[in-house]
Amino acid sequence: MSTDLSPDLLNRPLELDPQVSVRPEPFGALAYHHGNRRLVFLKHPDLVTIAHSLAEHPSLAAALMANGIEPSRWPSFASAFRSLQQSEVVRER
Amino acid sequence: MSVEPLVDRLKGGLDAPICLTWELTYACNLACVHCLSSSGRRDPRELTTAQAKRVLDELRELQVFYVNIGGGEPMVRRDFFEIIEHAVAPPSGAGRIGVKFSTNGYFIDADTARRLAALDYLDIQISLDGADSTTNDRVRGAASFDTALRAMDHLTAAGFGPFKISVVATRHNVPQLDRFKALADGYGAQLRLTRLRPSGRAVDTWDDLHPTQGQQREIYRWLMEHGENVLTGDSFFHLNALGDPLPGLNMCGAGRVVCLVDPIGDVYACPFVIHDQFLAGNVNDPGGFTAVWKKSALFLSLREPQSAGACASCGAFDACQGGCMAAKFFTGLPLDGPDPECVTADGDTTTASPVAVTMRPRPAQDHTKPSRTPVLT
Repeated sequence: MSTDLSPDLLNRPLELDPQVSVRPEPFGALAYHHGNRRLVFLKHPDLVTIAHSLAEHPSLAAALMANGIEPSRWPSFASAFRSLQQSEVVRER
Repeated sequence: MSVEPLVDRLKGGLDAPICLTWELTYACNLACVHCLSSSGRRDPRELTTAQAKRVLDELRELQVFYVNIGGGEPMVRRDFFEIIEHAVAPPSGAGRIGVKFSTNGYFIDADTARRLAALDYLDIQISLDGADSTTNDRVRGAASFDTALRAMDHLTAAGFGPFKISVVATRHNVPQLDRFKALADGYGAQLRLTRLRPSGRAVDTWDDLHPTQGQQREIYRWLMEHGENVLTGDSFFHLNALGDPLPGLNMCGAGRVVCLVDPIGDVYACPFVIHDQFLAGNVNDPGGFTAVWKKSALFLSLREPQSAGACASCGAFDACQGGCMAAKFFTGLPLDGPDPECVTADGDTTTASPVAVTMRPRPAQDHTKPSRTPVLT
């Protein structure tokens, strides 16, 4: 597991941390980390879709592209996933 | 989107709890003077193994993240492992439910510790209310300090990993906060410090045990200093009136994002309000736990915006939310007024509730063993 918070996260292969449970909610989802006991909000349904598909793609960018996310929105997704990486919801694989 | 609207969403309630407390039994080998559930004797109506598993299946369906299992002493139950394994290691294909369970450690020997260490998604909270046997045993009973430490030794030897040491802050142990931290660090454990509530047997011991105004400030300073390294179960949000907020959601989750299932399946708004006024239903009612969570009139009302009442004119209300519902209720105070441990200048209630003990509400369940009436010396 890498804790390196890379600035080019878009090119990195990511996955949901196996210690994390994700539950859909009307506003997006709640993620709970069984190890560090953190509860994290995923604040948009698209974020949840991408999070679930990360492991199937070679990089975050590939996951975004495969899910039809406009490139103009990629920077905001990169920033959201950086924060999710900090709270250990997602990790590099 | 900022965090505030999301916390407001939580105040409005979720379709399923984030977590819930499940007291598996009222039976206990100890008789702590502040027991939140007045435990001691087993209740003959206790849920059976099959009923308990059915509740877990329902919680799995609802995608509840974890259950806080307690009691009583949950390990008294002979089906303890069967129940927790049904949660954390379910039949293939079914989702897991994390388990954190609180225990006094009496039943953790070398073998049990190894069995516990082999389970994933399981966390243990060993209860300790003093950093030495004198302070601890006065509240938890003779030899309970040594029992807890022996359990921690077994968990360490079994390679369980960072278990939790769970301390309820009292007037007698607030001066020991650094010692608790050192004890936890020495075990590679994590300290969990939670707020005493005047619930269960603490209805009668609250006035003697709850921290003084000066100690409230000390707890706040100490928690701010240690940040997320010390767990609090989000229980000290009444202290946020003192300054920057403590880590956590800082709201009352009762009936909104958490609740209590008691040993006979009764569902209450939170673990600290075992009283008819906060009883929402039973897991064996038609529709089960799910119907109670989604439809009970009590829970729906708790998800409505709550009145600030006498606190409305206080500048600290947004920070402290008026404090803890259970603390107010069992000290005989109005629910829409200040917490009995309100830390603002206006709410200096110093030591005792103005309501005499005899005039305060009594818990709905009392399983205290008559032969072992706890005595606070």
